[in-house]
Amino acid sequence: MDFQVVVLAGGFSKTLVPLVSKEVPKALLPVANRPVLSYVLELLEQNNLKDLIVVVESESAALLIGGWISSAYVDRLHVEVAAVPEEIGTAGALRAIDHHLTASDILVVSGDLVCDVPPGVVAATHRRHDAVVTAMLCSNPVSGSTESGSSGVKDKAKKRYNIIGLDPTKQFLLHVAAGVEVEKDVRVQKSILRAVGQMDIRADLMDAHMYAFKRSVLQEVLNQKEAFQSLRRDVLPYLVRSQLRSELLLNGVQSEENGNDKDASQNPKIVLSQLLANASTPSFHELQHALGPNGFSLSPRKTHKCCVYIASNSNYCVRLNTIQAFSDINRDVIGDASHLSGYSFSAQNNIIDPSAVLGSKTTVGPQCMLGEGSQMGDKCSVKKSVIGRHCRIGSNVKIVNSIVMNHVTIGDGCSIQGSVVCSNVQLLERVVLKDCQVGAGFVVIAGSEHKGESLAKKEK
Amino acid sequence: MDPRRYSRVIDPKVRQVGFCPRSGQVQNQSGPTGPSTSPPVSDISPSSNSLSPVMIPPPRHPSDAASRAVNVPAAATTPLRPRRPSFDDPNNNSSSTEQLVVSSYNPDESVLGTSPPFSGIGDDRDGDAESEFSDNSVNWIRQNDSGRFPLSLAPDGRFDSAAAKEKQSKKPQVGSRKERGGGQTAEVRNDLPSESKPLKEKTSKAARRALQEAQRAVKAAAKAAGGNKSKAASLSAHEQTDKAVKLPLQRKDDGPVTSSAAVSERRGGERPPEKDRKKDAPAPRMQFDDKNRVEKAKKRSVVKQTEARNRVELFRHLPQYEHGTQLPDLESKFFQLDPMHPSIYKVGLQYLAGDIRGGNARCVAMLQAFSEAIKDYSTPPEKTLTRDLTAKVNNFVSFLIECRPLSISMGNAIRFLKSRIAKLPITLSEAEAKSSLCSDIERFINEKIVIAEKVIVEHAVTKIQDGDVLLTYGSSAVVEMVILHAHKLGKQFRVVIVDSRPRFEGQALLRKLVKIGVSCTYTHINAVSYIMREVTRVFLGAASVFSNGTVYSRVGTACVAMVAHAFHVPVLVCCEAYKFHERVLLDSICSNELGDPDAISKVPGRMDINSLHDGTNKENLQHLNLMYDATPPDYISMIVTEYGMIPTTSVPVIVREYGREHLLI
Repeated sequence: MDFQVVVLAGGFSKTLVPLVSKEVPKALLPVANRPVLSYVLELLEQNNLKDLIVVVESESAALLIGGWISSAYVDRLHVEVAAVPEEIGTAGALRAIDHHLTASDILVVSGDLVCDVPPGVVAATHRRHDAVVTAMLCSNPVSGSTESGSSGVKDKAKKRYNIIGLDPTKQFLLHVAAGVEVEKDVRVQKSILRAVGQMDIRADLMDAHMYAFKRSVLQEVLNQKEAFQSLRRDVLPYLVRSQLRSELLLNGVQSEENGNDKDASQNPKIVLSQLLANASTPSFHELQHALGPNGFSLSPRKTHKCCVYIASNSNYCVRLNTIQAFSDINRDVIGDASHLSGYSFSAQNNIIDPSAVLGSKTTVGPQCMLGEGSQMGDKCSVKKSVIGRHCRIGSNVKIVNSIVMNHVTIGDGCSIQGSVVCSNVQLLERVVLKDCQVGAGFVVIAGSEHKGESLAKKEK
Repeated sequence: MDPRRYSRVIDPKVRQVGFCPRSGQVQNQSGPTGPSTSPPVSDISPSSNSLSPVMIPPPRHPSDAASRAVNVPAAATTPLRPRRPSFDDPNNNSSSTEQLVVSSYNPDESVLGTSPPFSGIGDDRDGDAESEFSDNSVNWIRQNDSGRFPLSLAPDGRFDSAAAKEKQSKKPQVGSRKERGGGQTAEVRNDLPSESKPLKEKTSKAARRALQEAQRAVKAAAKAAGGNKSKAASLSAHEQTDKAVKLPLQRKDDGPVTSSAAVSERRGGERPPEKDRKKDAPAPRMQFDDKNRVEKAKKRSVVKQTEARNRVELFRHLPQYEHGTQLPDLESKFFQLDPMHPSIYKVGLQYLAGDIRGGNARCVAMLQAFSEAIKDYSTPPEKTLTRDLTAKVNNFVSFLIECRPLSISMGNAIRFLKSRIAKLPITLSEAEAKSSLCSDIERFINEKIVIAEKVIVEHAVTKIQDGDVLLTYGSSAVVEMVILHAHKLGKQFRVVIVDSRPRFEGQALLRKLVKIGVSCTYTHINAVSYIMREVTRVFLGAASVFSNGTVYSRVGTACVAMVAHAFHVPVLVCCEAYKFHERVLLDSICSNELGDPDAISKVPGRMDINSLHDGTNKENLQHLNLMYDATPPDYISMIVTEYGMIPTTSVPVIVREYGREHLLI
């Protein structure tokens, strides 16, 4: 279908510290004991997209991710892993792999996306409208469960929301503002507003970071605007802003715009394009042009279209870009959105690996997951939690709403609630954690109580 | 030799003849049903047979006919017409004479196999036309039945089939004696079965009994004798019985065997031609009330289609799907449909989403997509381009049909493309073949659509004069061009744009016209009868024109044309000739398209009405959103094509004369 897929897998994200460490880049964070990147790759594989470019920030992360991909998808996918320097942003990453892009359209997917929306819908919408960019929007995830998640986290998450302006048919993107700018006034372009007549401004939509770009336009923008760093913050708003006074060469017809109005009727190509334009339901782009001051001239329009695809509420679509999102996704993947996990659930609606050992009177509730080789002592209780591989858990331990990664040792009498415990962590006896994140390899001393803290080893 | 043409030529003469003074006697001639009446008939018909159809009508020489008619013994005249008294008066009643005339010249028609004469009579004066029409048609049909007694028909149409049979059995000798060309052969054919049948039946009972008895005897003999002897005996006995029963029995015996053999033979013999026929004939349109076929089609289909549940009874044969389910499904499969070329896919999506509408635009978009696909095509190894590409195109077309039923214009374009592919010389290399196809497609678009539109505009503009009030319905691209061109020429006129729900296509046209300064009136179709009194010309677009002159167009067109007709306003239909089709369409039921039923049930901005239709799947509520309707030719004054301005009756001429050209250009 002439689409090229670029997966932006990121590197060692700052926002996810302490979950992310030197050993675990963001793309390899486990979601239901699988790296988060695997969700994207499998979604693409299901949709018959097997030639991928995975862009990773920093060499070391590229090594880790490349190693994992080649071991997991050796004969299933044809993946090229490209390493780009850190902190160049998504636009910079695309700029760096510019020469690899050949297809007419590029599908850019974020590696931290966990969703079941087939990328085909975005691509199809893109093609149907012949758009320059098509973004997928999804409704904001219900952040934080009712039991956990402090209000502070929620406020932070709210700030990330976008203000998005749509036309009444909900097909075109008219305005994009990142959450930070919302604090100020929302500035809407008059020209666009005049052309469309009506704009829906929505704050309940989230940019899912799955874009379809027209390659020629993307490359042009990236080359012209050296300062652009991020697709979401720079490139997309730029394209949306300039959609009615496009300076881009969309195709051949537009390039020869030096006033050939007179012989336009003689040129069959223009007559044809006009014929097609007349018959199709005019989007505001054409209308704007038709109502222009220069009467009924046939000068080629200088507009481009920015489209959106809005995922329906029945689809699951979340990005793993905050710690809160990390625990939410983990909870959902083994809970509500269990079809994403790829596991088959037991009758009790949980997954317990056969090699896991449970002590007497230990209960594992529904929506739980217990990785292979893990051992649990007596009288433990696990609710709505994910426990990784080869963990050793003592007796009388309570784990609720938490994520425990691989090779974690938990002493007797611990209570873990709403927390994330990374790999190789040691919790000694009677530790109480509530809404905490424990970085990899950390040792929590016996009897300590933590609430809403982030514990990590000091980086040397 | 198109029969239609002749009938058209004949008609005026027939009418002319109707006024001949001595018709009463001619009437008498036709009346008698007795066997003796045939001589005059035979006298007339051979002469008419020899004449070319244009010259036929015997009544052209009324005196001649009448003199012959005088010879006829009138004693046996039976027909009692209600209007009979008037016949005695030779000076008047043209209508009755007309009927008579029709009946008298019909034999010729039947021999030639031409179209029924009432097509001409239908054009007659409005007054009597109806009754005459019906009478004549009855006569005509009967005549066909009886075959060779055209003149024995009573003009009043009372002539019943029983009488016909009677005559048939009586008449053979008369007919053969008189040697009446075509009529005779038919008769001979008739005779054979009628004689053989009763014979067979009579003998069969006796034969059966005889056979039974013989068999019993054989059995008894076999029991008595036993062994080999019995066999011989039985054989001989069988022979004997056979002889006793004579031929009929043999026939009887052989009957089943031979018939089965014949059947098998027929099967064996007929199968290949049937297949061929299937290949030759265009595939019959899918009837969507045929559950089995729908199921099969579903399995094949790319787009997941959920049939709409509550469909209107009369329109179940048309495809109707739950709107709103197809598009997301097709979109989600974007990357999974490998064989589909992206450009085809894009066009399909646009059809499905309604982004491209209008016959020309859809056709152009499709052709351009085909051209793209052909450019990217490469013949797989060990396959020939012609065959493989045809299969590919078929594949594309079926995909597009799934997205939206094809329009007639698209069908014609596809036919053109396929014929071009089929006619590619084998010597061409792949690149050459591809480029020739692409240039063919480009030429088709250019000649058949772009230039054709320009020529149509040139023609149509001559019909617009200063001070005219034009009315148009919806938004037709060609009509729009006509109006723009007329405006450019500086003609002073006004435009009434009639529009209708749910699409309000006229608004786009209105916007354009208002912008360039044409004075416009915009109204909805509800008000068409009011606005029509100030209109001087009606310009309409068409999706297709069928060979009987029926115009197939956006639903509502027929209504506008009829109202215009009632107000004596000329109706001009602008249509490119590539949209003509040789099919005959009589109503808008057989072939039509169903739109989204929700489109008509929901009125934007009227919550009070919309709330009524919340449960759209109510059992007793069915929405019918027809997309097209058929305008009968009677309501259309003129069709403007690139070949000139023609009456509806000339459509078949265009189809015949230029239809080949579509494929050849």
